[in-house]
Amino acid sequence: MLLPGPDGKVGMVVVERQGGERHVLDEAYETSRSGSAGVGRRDPESVRAAFGPALAALPSRPASFLLYFESGTDNLTQASRAELDKMLAEMRRRSIPDVRVIAHTDTVGDVASNDALSAQRAERVKSFLVDIGIAEGRIQTAGRGEREPLVPTADEVDEPRNRRVEISVR
Amino acid sequence: MRVFIAACMLCVAPATWAAEPVGQIKTANGEVHIERDGKRLAAQPGDMVLESDSVKTGRDGSVGVTFTDNSLLSAGPDSVLVIERYAFNSTTHAGHFDASLKKGTLAVISGKMVKQSPGAMRVRTPASIMGVRGTEFLVRVD
Repeated sequence: MLLPGPDGKVGMVVVERQGGERHVLDEAYETSRSGSAGVGRRDPESVRAAFGPALAALPSRPASFLLYFESGTDNLTQASRAELDKMLAEMRRRSIPDVRVIAHTDTVGDVASNDALSAQRAERVKSFLVDIGIAEGRIQTAGRGEREPLVPTADEVDEPRNRRVEISVR
Repeated sequence: MRVFIAACMLCVAPATWAAEPVGQIKTANGEVHIERDGKRLAAQPGDMVLESDSVKTGRDGSVGVTFTDNSLLSAGPDSVLVIERYAFNSTTHAGHFDASLKKGTLAVISGKMVKQSPGAMRVRTPASIMGVRGTEFLVRVD
């Protein structure tokens, strides 16, 4: 049986039954049931009853966050400090989060110092996560320096959108 | 030298394909076990799931697993879910995922491999095979 996603969008499942019958489910709450012909439909309430424990056990959806830094530092921008609080709240909600932190710089400065700066940004974000009780072993960090700009620029360009850290949690 | 290389491959090869985790248990309530190589292991959040594992829940049990491609699968009470085949390349997002629900209830939210190649994930029951084009669905085997 097919469910609508959190955005209301509905996917598609192709069911092939023993005996070769084939059903395409592409509307919310459509069902294919062995022993009954064709595609049926169930009401959302009876679905919750039949699948309650399975639905309740679904893990939290993986999420990602972007935080930005002030030029040449590992200090978050004003706007990103609010985003950090949102991210930490989301982390606290999860029972055993696995986090990946990948930090970047803009192209101001040489490659080596940007490698060091990105590593420092990643570690700074990791320290916020450790402070709220996430085990260090569950946090992976990487500094990518100026190699992977979000916005490609020439060398020595001060680009706020490239001074960022990408955080994925699942 | 040739003998040395052959001996090394023998000791290294099984370890490389045996232990790669494909998912992790994120939620577990009541009785939850993993059957692996004929052994029955009590399972709890944080435990890894490997290809070929059977995940089983008792009468009061439920379990949720997050896979490396961000697929989410959860099973309700009295369920047997087998991870038949799983591979995912985190660079290309190519892969395949064959799961099998022998009994019980299953909720699925498909992940990156289905987004990349619709149909890469299949869920089998004793009576049918589901080709997953995305994204959220439920399966019950009575």
